[in-house]
Amino acid sequence: MNVLLDVVDVTVNFGGVNALQGVSFQVRDGELLSLIGPNGAGKTTMLKAITGVVNPQNAKIRLDGRDISRMPTHRRAQLGLALTHQIVRPFRSMTLLDNVTLAAGHQRIRSVFRSMVAVNRDPEHQKAAVLLQLVGIDDHAGQTVTGQPLGVLKRLEVARALALKPRLLLLDEPLAGLNHIEAERLADTLVQINARGLTVVMIEHNLGEVLRISQRLVVLDNGRKIADGIPDQVMRMDEVRAAYVGKEKQHAAS
Amino acid sequence: MLIYELSLATVVCINIIQAIGLNLITGYCGQISLGHAAFYGIGAYTTALMAKAGFPGPVNLMAAMLLSGSVGAVVGLTSLRVREDFLAITTMGVGFLFLGIVRQQERFLGGELGISSIPSFGLGKPGFFGLTLILVILTAAFSLYLKKTWMGFAFEAVADDEDTARVLSVNVSAYKLVAFALGTAMAGLAGGLYCYFARFIVPDDFGFITSISVLSMVAVGGIGSVYGVILGTVLLTLMPDFFRFISDYKLFVYGALLFAVMRFAPEGLAGLPALVSAKVARTGGAP
Ligand SMILES: Nc1ncnc2c1ncn2[C@@H]1O[C@H](COP(=O)(O)OP(=O)(O)OP(=O)(O)O)[C@@H](O)[C@H]1O
Ligand SMILES: [Mg+2]
Repeated sequence: MNVLLDVVDVTVNFGGVNALQGVSFQVRDGELLSLIGPNGAGKTTMLKAITGVVNPQNAKIRLDGRDISRMPTHRRAQLGLALTHQIVRPFRSMTLLDNVTLAAGHQRIRSVFRSMVAVNRDPEHQKAAVLLQLVGIDDHAGQTVTGQPLGVLKRLEVARALALKPRLLLLDEPLAGLNHIEAERLADTLVQINARGLTVVMIEHNLGEVLRISQRLVVLDNGRKIADGIPDQVMRMDEVRAAYVGKEKQHAAS
Repeated sequence: MLIYELSLATVVCINIIQAIGLNLITGYCGQISLGHAAFYGIGAYTTALMAKAGFPGPVNLMAAMLLSGSVGAVVGLTSLRVREDFLAITTMGVGFLFLGIVRQQERFLGGELGISSIPSFGLGKPGFFGLTLILVILTAAFSLYLKKTWMGFAFEAVADDEDTARVLSVNVSAYKLVAFALGTAMAGLAGGLYCYFARFIVPDDFGFITSISVLSMVAVGGIGSVYGVILGTVLLTLMPDFFRFISDYKLFVYGALLFAVMRFAPEGLAGLPALVSAKVARTGGAP
C-alpha cells in the first residue's frame, strides 16, 4: 500500500517540556491507525504538528509525497487534512448545522473573491444534515452549541471534519464523553467510513474500541515512539505494558 | 426640510456609512479597531486635495475609497501578526499617527488649520443630502448582502474562533484583509462626503474622539447587526444635539456608554429584546 502521510523526525518543545522528540511514523493509504499512549505522551501535539496548529522545532511531513511541513494550517486542510479537537472547539455563535455547513462549503470559501458572490447554502446544508445524521446527532441540528452535552459536541467535531471531505481524518479522542452505546456506534461508523476509502488516524484512550477497530497502532510515551505495528503484537510488548502500567501506578499513588 | 435639519440628516447619513464600515471589521470579522477615524480622515483629505485640484466629485469619492481601503488593507496586515488586545493598541496608534502627520504637514495638508474653501460637490444642499442617502442605502444593502454570502459566513467563523476556522481550511488572513479593506474603504467614502458637506476640514475632525464615537455607535446599536448599527448611529448622532451639554463631554459620555453596553448588553440595542425576555424568564416574571 502507498504511504499517504509520512512523518519524519518531529520534535516539539514547549518551553522546557519536550512534548515530542524525533518521532517518525507513516500512515498508509486506506488504513485505520490508532495513536495511543499514556496522558501527556505527546499524541495531541503530534496531530497538531501534522496540521500545523503547533509549530515543531523540527519536522518533515509529507502528504501524498508532497512536503507540507512549512504550509499554513488552512493550506494543509485544503490539501485534505481534517482534525477534530480533543477539547471541543465548536463555533459557539452558530447552530450545530451551521458548524458543519461552513466546513461543507470549503470549496466556496477557498477563493475569497468568489466567496463574495456565492450566496446559495442549500447544497451544503443538505450535506451537513446527512453528516449530523451519520454521527447520530441530527436531532440537535438546529440548536445552538451552548448547553450541548460533551458527547454531542464530540460528534459534532467528527461531522465537521468529515464535511471537509478529507484525504486523511485525524481524530483526537472522538469517543471521549460518549456513553458505551454511543461510542460503539461511532466506532462502527468510523469503520464504515474507513472501508469506503477514507484513511483515519485516531487518538483514543478507550482501548476496547481501539483494539476492536484499529488495523495498526503507534504508541507514544514521554514524547518518544515506543511501538508501531499490528495491535496484538504491540499490546504484548513489554515496553508498552510498562508505559501503561507505570502510569497506572502513578495514578494509584497520587 | 429646513437647512438645519437637512444638515443634521446629512451628518447622520455620513456617520452611518462610517459605522457600517467599522461594523464590517469589528462586527462581522471580529477585529477591533480604535483608529477608524484615520481612514475617515484619509478619505476627507484625499477628497479635499483632489477637489481643490479641480477633479470632479464622483472621481474624488472613488479615490477616497480606494486610498483609504488600500491603507486599511496594509493596517489589516498587522491584524495577522498580533492578538486582539494588541490590535486595539496598533489601530489606536494608526489613528494618532494620522493625526500627527496632518497636524505637522502644513504645506499640503494645512497643518492645524486644515483645508478650507473646498469646492462644492455641485448638487446644492438638498441634492447632496439625496446623494448621501443613496450611498447609505447602497452601503447598507451591500453590507446586508455580504452577510448572506459565503464571505459573510467565513467572517462569522473568523470572528468566532480563528484557530478553528484555520483548521477548517479558512484562509483567515485573507478574510481579515478583505474585511479591513472594505470597512476602511467605506470610512474613506464617509470622509469624502464629510469633506463636501463641511467644505472645511481640520485634523480634530478625525481624532480619537471620532474613532471612539463610531465604535460607540456600532456597539450601542449591536455589533454585527446592520439595522442595530443604523439605529445606534442615529441615536448617538442626534443625542448631543438634543442635550447640548453632551457635546462638551462627548468622550466621557460615549466612553461610559461603550463600557455600559459591553458590560451589560454586549449585543447592544439589537440584542435587547432577547436580553429582556431572558431576564424575564430567569426572574420568573410573566412571559
Ligand atoms: N501549549 C502547550 N504549552 C505547554 N506545554 C504543553 C502544551 N501542549 C502540551 N503541552 C505539554 O506537552 C506534553 C504532551 O502533551 P499532549 O497534549 O500532546 O499529550 P497527550 O498525549 O495528548 O495527552 P492526553 O492523553 O492527556 O491528551 C504534556 O506534558 C503537556 O503538558
Ligand atoms: Mg491529548
